[in-house]
Amino acid sequence: MSATSSEQTLATAVLSGDRRALARLITRVENRAPDALEALAILHSHTGRAAIVGVTGAPGTGKSSLVNALALALRRRGQTVGIVAVDPTSPFSGGAVLGDRVRMVDLAGDSGVFIRSMASRGSLGGLAATTGDVVRVLDAAGFAVILVETVGAGQSEVEIARMAHTTVVVDAPGLGDEVQAIKAGILEIADILVVNKADRPGAQNTVRTLRAMLELGHRLRTGGHHGVRAVAAAVQAEPVFDSWTVPVIETVATEHKGIDELLAALDRHQAHLRETGEITDRERQRVEAELLARLREALLARLLAERPPEALEKTIQRILRRELDPNTAVRALLEDDLSSPDGKG
Amino acid sequence: MSDEKIRVLIAKPGLDGHDRGAKVIARALRDAGMEVIYTGLRQTPEMIAEAALQEDVHVVGLSILSGAHMALVPRVIEQLRAAGLDDVLVLVGGIIPDDDIPALQAMGVSAVFGPGTSTDDIVRFIRSAVQLSSP
Ligand SMILES: Nc1nc2c(ncn2[C@@H]2O[C@H](COP(=O)(O)OP(=O)(O)OP(=O)(O)O)[C@@H](O)[C@H]2O)c(=O)[nH]1
Ligand SMILES: [Mg+2]
Repeated sequence: MSATSSEQTLATAVLSGDRRALARLITRVENRAPDALEALAILHSHTGRAAIVGVTGAPGTGKSSLVNALALALRRRGQTVGIVAVDPTSPFSGGAVLGDRVRMVDLAGDSGVFIRSMASRGSLGGLAATTGDVVRVLDAAGFAVILVETVGAGQSEVEIARMAHTTVVVDAPGLGDEVQAIKAGILEIADILVVNKADRPGAQNTVRTLRAMLELGHRLRTGGHHGVRAVAAAVQAEPVFDSWTVPVIETVATEHKGIDELLAALDRHQAHLRETGEITDRERQRVEAELLARLREALLARLLAERPPEALEKTIQRILRRELDPNTAVRALLEDDLSSPDGKG
Repeated sequence: MSDEKIRVLIAKPGLDGHDRGAKVIARALRDAGMEVIYTGLRQTPEMIAEAALQEDVHVVGLSILSGAHMALVPRVIEQLRAAGLDDVLVLVGGIIPDDDIPALQAMGVSAVFGPGTSTDDIVRFIRSAVQLSSP
């Protein structure tokens, strides 16, 4: 059933609301099947309408429970919801147990919701390399809001901030000191902070700590916390302080408490993005970062295809033998100069 | 550069409240390199079919300890068919009397794994039964 239908048919079926086609196209995108690129190209002009919300935070803080409650509240307002929930791939086996759906049972049986679990497949930033493309497929499929739950890593999760319009960072009381240390980094990406498990002892403490940390930090409107400008760093404009005040919201996701407040904060943030024009800035930054990443990947693939198949391995061996330093090796590979006396394999 | 994985949904239909066995299987399949979507306890046949569709799985594994397999399995298979998922492999694990196995297979179950089954056998069965479509 899978190999017969063309990607064009699949893309058209996705646009017409066919859920099976949507699921199958997501798989093709995840697998980086070459013809999925064609489908993505068709869908591109239909994207850009969804509000993309990232939900990140340390393991077990209640991200999935919160996504469940939030999606339910969005559905009550009549908005359709696409959900992408990422869990880690085991580095040993390449397999994964994806368990986020367990907390999302309230959404079962609702055709206005589509939930997809994704394995990170070796990516380290809390998402899979193809999560952005999967979000775009859901966007094209017409979901009004897309909730993206990251791997509960609690570290270096700038990728979600880059992809989402609004990033919700979830914390919970009683997580131990290591997590405290991590917070500084993850706070920088938060547009909204949630202290979930507010029914647990210590919640007030967590709220106070977060508020104190927020007051220490200054947020820059452009570049700054999405620091992904590999090339264009020099053309950075004058830093502008963000007028958005990060709210700290207490929730009990399992009892659906605090969800209306969270929803109101999301609405306020979306309005803020539009009023300040930051939505365009973010979009631009995302497109730039993605373009550069894709370009990097394509250039690398092209370069390696142009060199003899053994060139990379030979170079690695020579660096290991200390015959060549990595910078010279890069220049030699770029200039195809591995056969020079200096670069002889 | 295509990178295909076998995707398996592990679900517990019915009302029994033990999922240790299901979790052991889920981890064994993960360790065999598969992507396992674990959906938790008390899944209705409708929920299972919906999750199987959204997650685009090759395999649905049902863990049933309650003794209600003869009632639950046909309802799950019916829902899978209604969702157009006729090509999904259905496996049943749990406490299933030998006498019931032929009837389950006649309903469309590909294999039944009793409590003594080694996880290696399950992995081997899935690998041989699922052919990944070439890109
Ligand atoms: N007491 C209490 N427990 C909660 C609350 N929210 C979630 N939990 C419980 O916390 C546990 C973890 O919840 P999840 O929603 O799976 O957390 P998560 O952040 O998605 O976890 P990972 O995806 O594994 O990182 C579950 O047992 C939930 O029932 C809450 O507000 N209060
Ligand atoms: Mg989760």
